[in-house]
Amino acid sequence: MGETLRSWKELPLSALPFKLSTEFKTGDWRTFRPVVDQEKCTRCLLCWVYCPDMSIVWDGQRISVNYDYCKGCGICARECPVKAIEMVKE
Amino acid sequence: MSGKIVFNIRELAKRPPKLLPGHRLCAGCAAPIIAKLALLATDRPTIVVNATGCLEVATTIFPYTSWNVPWIHNAFENAASTASGIEAVIKALKKKGKYKYENVDIIVFAGDGGTYDIGLQSLSGALERGHDFLYILYDNEAYMNTGIQRSGGTPLGAWTTTSPAGRVIPGKTQHKKPIADIAVAHRIPYVATATPAHWMDFMRKVRKGLDVNGPAFIHALSPCDRGWRFDTSETIEVCKLAVDTCYFPLWEFENGEWRLTDRSLAIARNPRLKKPVEEFLKVQGRFKHLFKPENRHLIEEIQRHVDAIWEDLLERTGIK
Repeated sequence: MGETLRSWKELPLSALPFKLSTEFKTGDWRTFRPVVDQEKCTRCLLCWVYCPDMSIVWDGQRISVNYDYCKGCGICARECPVKAIEMVKE
Repeated sequence: MSGKIVFNIRELAKRPPKLLPGHRLCAGCAAPIIAKLALLATDRPTIVVNATGCLEVATTIFPYTSWNVPWIHNAFENAASTASGIEAVIKALKKKGKYKYENVDIIVFAGDGGTYDIGLQSLSGALERGHDFLYILYDNEAYMNTGIQRSGGTPLGAWTTTSPAGRVIPGKTQHKKPIADIAVAHRIPYVATATPAHWMDFMRKVRKGLDVNGPAFIHALSPCDRGWRFDTSETIEVCKLAVDTCYFPLWEFENGEWRLTDRSLAIARNPRLKKPVEEFLKVQGRFKHLFKPENRHLIEEIQRHVDAIWEDLLERTGIK
């Protein structure tokens, strides 16, 4: 063919996903929202470990929930050893 | 002991995630927990190879990607060959002095379809050639991505859409393929089983698998709330029951030596902790039909199968 091969940077965009999925909010899937009781929370971070949607945010002091992505599965509330997370209907 | 590697989760949790939110895996799916924890276990530059499967399709729906690390998908059957190629290219570039990293971690994520069935020959080939990579199988025990069809990883008696429980058959009529034993049979440096519920144990195993020189294989149980029919919040509980009933024992095979780890080691030392397999089966809708009087013998059959594997494991690890 005589053509030089194209590098991956020159491929049409259809071959490569090019936007971060953080632009896609999955929070609207939710039926129940996790609500954290900061008084009860012992900062063990088990909720952070088990969250499938990276929606538990740890700032070094306290945890919070990122409702943009939380799908409301309820794993955090179920696994919390001190029951500091409650699932509340939206 | 495997207790040497320690992860400080309060420090790790401050870092930006390597698997981003906004992926479209079902609520309560275990696969992103597995991928997230595996990627946390290393600081080195990482390349992820993904076989076709739930994790692949749901994290890279065009035009989005959830991967904050270099990532490649090739086909269903050749994730291990793709990883082999990457390892070979890095070796060649290093020889020419064109590669800036000293150590690169190559991690394959593949489901049970891409490992037990479709990808088995490419996996076996890569293990035999001895490429330096870590293969993580997230086993949700059926083809969940296409709608719950039975695979080589589906256990006896489980309902799937291609092994429907009814008058003709009581769910799948064959046992699960012993995939981790097949990996051990290749005499590779490191093989282990893990679940996301036993997360510290899992992350240690990932680190060990990446640190060995040569191929490593980790079989991680990945409960699927849609396919196994349980509530989305019970994913981690189901993992714990799988280990507590010895349906899915936690062990590692390192340089020719077998070792039980974490909860399974505790059960081996104190057999009273071992729960009947019924406890694991009854929380899942896919085994509901087994509790009918005409199918009860299948629960006994599953219990016998689990016990035989457990006894065998106790012998291999030198506990019995």
